[in-house]
Amino acid sequence: MKNRSLVSIADYSKKEVLRILELAVEFEKNPYQQLLNNNVIATLFFEPSTRTRLSFESAISRLGGKIIGFSDSSSTSVQKGESLKDTIKTISNYCDLIVMRHPIEGSARYASEVASVPIVNAGDGANQHPTQTLLDMYSIKKTQNTLDNLNIFMVGDLKYGRTVHSLLIAMSYFNTTFNFISPKELKMPAVYKLHLDNLGLKYYEHTDFTEYISEADIVYMTRVQKERFSDPIEYEKVKNVYVLRKHMLEKTKKNMKILHPLPRVNEINEDVDENMKAYYFTQALNGVYTRQAILTSILGIK
Amino acid sequence: MIKSKKQLSVSAIENGTVIDHIPADSLFDVIQILGLNKLDKMMTFGTNLESKKLGRKAIIKLSNVFFDEIDLNRIALVAPQAKLNIIRNYKVVEKRVVEIPDEIESIAKCVNPKCITNNENVKTRFYVVSKEKVALKCHYCEKITDKENLVIL
Repeated sequence: MKNRSLVSIADYSKKEVLRILELAVEFEKNPYQQLLNNNVIATLFFEPSTRTRLSFESAISRLGGKIIGFSDSSSTSVQKGESLKDTIKTISNYCDLIVMRHPIEGSARYASEVASVPIVNAGDGANQHPTQTLLDMYSIKKTQNTLDNLNIFMVGDLKYGRTVHSLLIAMSYFNTTFNFISPKELKMPAVYKLHLDNLGLKYYEHTDFTEYISEADIVYMTRVQKERFSDPIEYEKVKNVYVLRKHMLEKTKKNMKILHPLPRVNEINEDVDENMKAYYFTQALNGVYTRQAILTSILGIK
Repeated sequence: MIKSKKQLSVSAIENGTVIDHIPADSLFDVIQILGLNKLDKMMTFGTNLESKKLGRKAIIKLSNVFFDEIDLNRIALVAPQAKLNIIRNYKVVEKRVVEIPDEIESIAKCVNPKCITNNENVKTRFYVVSKEKVALKCHYCEKITDKENLVIL
């Protein structure tokens, strides 16, 4: 993994994913280590993403690394019409690794081809966000003590949600059973179901929460966004169907945990937050350890 | 009688390449992909010719033009059933069929308007995920471009 960019979750083999998760355990035990004292890391956020940027910057700061970069492109030469290639080639000279978020899909892959330092993709449009996937997997492993043979429920916008797509691909290494709960308009795309078919993995589709949720080990919630619907009446019909409420947790398994990539709007009722099964804020904390593992591994320090 | 008329419609060549069984509506794509508009060799194009296999087909005859296999396979995207005859001294010395390559560079446009290749000066690059149905996975944005949405650059 040394010196290799992380653009898509598919860039890592199962073995490499597991190594990152093992390293993250070490960082959780000891998140303050002076490992990046001699490193400068650029965080280039061509579109704002406060949560992801702060998580990366916290990971770097806790390891003693220096950070350069910007949090949106309005104050940079991108506004003057500079190409992504020129921006990346120039900034490559100033740092040892680039973390980038960009609204254009495929921008991180392209950047990795023109940069002289490794790129970590912190989200390229609706395409990939591999560090989110790795922190999701870390959260699953930590709460279930295993990644194998789990039953994962994915709820909400399964058509456009890149986090669920990447998680599906990554978890398909581990004999996972999937349950997809979504409105008809936002069903899991055929290409991902085909992927599961090819691997012989089981999946079930539902249009609302069912009694089967009692079988879930992980419930992965996502936001159903109004702008995804061509017909506003359809949105009104379904907007309250995909909301998780406290009483729905009564018959769920003891080990079950609720994950959400955040930000949440109303799809998890606030009365769930105090429940032992609500895990989404700890999940965000796990992102720091996972990113520490990813950065140190790519820089060849771990 | 009818048969001899058909033969007359496109004259024979001494040396060169004949590309037959091109779908009629793909002729101009083939011309573009092979860069024939930039060659100064003698060429004959025929299109909307009757074909049992394709309904209407097109044919290209190129005098003193020969292609590498790699170049020829580039047309497989738009003319998968194309047949090639290599002509030397008025005789067919070799017959070839085309095959869709595993990777395709700078021929097709990515269907995704938000893809980097449609927003910056980046050459397109695809992995062919299905040769039968023609499905191309973009190396950059990872979206699939299928035959229905295929646009030749």
